[in-house]
Amino acid sequence: MAAPWIVGFFTLTLGPMLASVYFSLTDYSVLQPPRFVGLDNFRVMFFEDPRYFTVLYNTMYYTVLHVPLSMILALTVAILLNQGLPGENVLRTIYYMPSVVSGVAVSMLWLWLFDPNLGLVNVVLGWVGIQGPVWLMDPNWSKPALVLMSMWGIGGQMVIFLAGLQGVPQEMYEAAMVDGASWWHKIRFVTVPLITPTIFFNLIMGVIGSFQVFTSAYVMTNGGPVNSTLFYVLYLYESAFRYFEMGYACALAWVLFFIIMAFTLVQFYTSGKWVYYEMPASRARAA
Amino acid sequence: MIIARVVVLYALMAIFALTFLFPFIWMLSTSLKVPEQVWAIPPVWIPDPPVLQNYTDAIRSVPTIRYLRNTLIITLFPTAATLLASSCVAFAFSRLEWRGRNLWFSLLLSTMMLPGQVTMIPVFVGFHRLGWVNTFRPLLVPSLFGSAFYIFLLRQFFLSIPREMDEAATMDGAIPPVIWWKITLPLAGPALAAVAIFSFIGHWNDFMGPLIYLQRSVMWPLSLGLLGFRQQYLTKWEQIMAYSLMVMLPCLLVFFFSQRYFIQGITLSGLKG
Repeated sequence: MAAPWIVGFFTLTLGPMLASVYFSLTDYSVLQPPRFVGLDNFRVMFFEDPRYFTVLYNTMYYTVLHVPLSMILALTVAILLNQGLPGENVLRTIYYMPSVVSGVAVSMLWLWLFDPNLGLVNVVLGWVGIQGPVWLMDPNWSKPALVLMSMWGIGGQMVIFLAGLQGVPQEMYEAAMVDGASWWHKIRFVTVPLITPTIFFNLIMGVIGSFQVFTSAYVMTNGGPVNSTLFYVLYLYESAFRYFEMGYACALAWVLFFIIMAFTLVQFYTSGKWVYYEMPASRARAA
Repeated sequence: MIIARVVVLYALMAIFALTFLFPFIWMLSTSLKVPEQVWAIPPVWIPDPPVLQNYTDAIRSVPTIRYLRNTLIITLFPTAATLLASSCVAFAFSRLEWRGRNLWFSLLLSTMMLPGQVTMIPVFVGFHRLGWVNTFRPLLVPSLFGSAFYIFLLRQFFLSIPREMDEAATMDGAIPPVIWWKITLPLAGPALAAVAIFSFIGHWNDFMGPLIYLQRSVMWPLSLGLLGFRQQYLTKWEQIMAYSLMVMLPCLLVFFFSQRYFIQGITLSGLKG
């Protein structure tokens, strides 16, 4: 009864993977048969395509800003929602709601919110006397704008943090209280260490997700202004489906795969230093 | 002292929550305005008079019924197929003993780590060769094979169902497909609901799939229709907001009526990760 997935594995995963390796070594426009060019696509990517480094820079910029900010915001909201106050369900719903809607409609909404004159973002900034930037029309502000927009969608991470927080034994807080710990000390020395596995999970997923950002940039800025929001997957999409360079796009995809894998492995290897898993007392002593 | 802290906490949470709600409120407000009020400075929050005409105008200016029909096809069929196929495979991975099961399961887990972009182009080329570009098939057929993430999620749930149920049925001569259909599925309601909801919302919001495979505008789903609508009526924000709100609405409704399963599904998937 596992046959459907096994068939799918060969036809939609393994087969295409092997084909992708082959295509990445070819010049292929779909209309003509692939022409073998060896490692030329990779040579062009690293040494001759100036846009490639723009793309890498944009993607790293977005990741470095988006991942920590979204984690801190999601964790803060989750801690506040975990105090046992009445009405938390309603608040949790409100925070989660934006994560349910995504894609083109949300991009339209944020295009309107980022309107330099009448957009809500600059209107609110105006209330406190700040003249907001032109956001998506300014190459210096377009990436921060998309990061700001991504903060609206932290609901998924927040719910996972909430689940993690619910696993922290209440006695730990009581013990900390007896020792006279302040609220900050409780968060710093009880909550955060005990939910490091959850933080680790959200970190890995956050990095993977932000390397693959696509829809908002495609719909809202189409990579502009002056390539400032040309992210990795958008560039890959354009290479394949606008310029019909399928070989080059496959090469881009494999490099993306290795970048994501490298980041994930680094996180796994360093996780031993900071991720705390509860284990039986005997093994803990041995370690 | 404690009361003061609770008040401060509440105030903080309320302000935060309002910030998260504001975009929706602003969208609703804009969608009900007459054009002059859209461009008024300072901005008008409560439309006076509120008009519904933006909605009817937006719906009429593009083939909305057709877009809706297309969206339903590429949302409902894959959701049903994903549910059936994934639960069938998850059943094999959790309730049946067979050779190579562990190997296949670790393969299943490792496919989840592969970014979709790696297989995207060869899969496109394959469907192109089959002549399936500009049909719904590339968006429907893959769901018949099940999806690794949902298989994993359902397997975790199936493992918690007592084995004695299967054994008793086997004694009575039931074969695995019958056990899957008559025993496992009815007991797995909450997990199936979570998968159905995730799958529905995932397919409804899918953008890259339709963008790649559906080049003829008669086949567009609402998302591509909205994009075309915007390009046509660049500055009619009141109508664009009305249309966007309508595209979001089904997902919001599904969410409101199924929050319980939603949170369950997320915590189940999140914690096991």
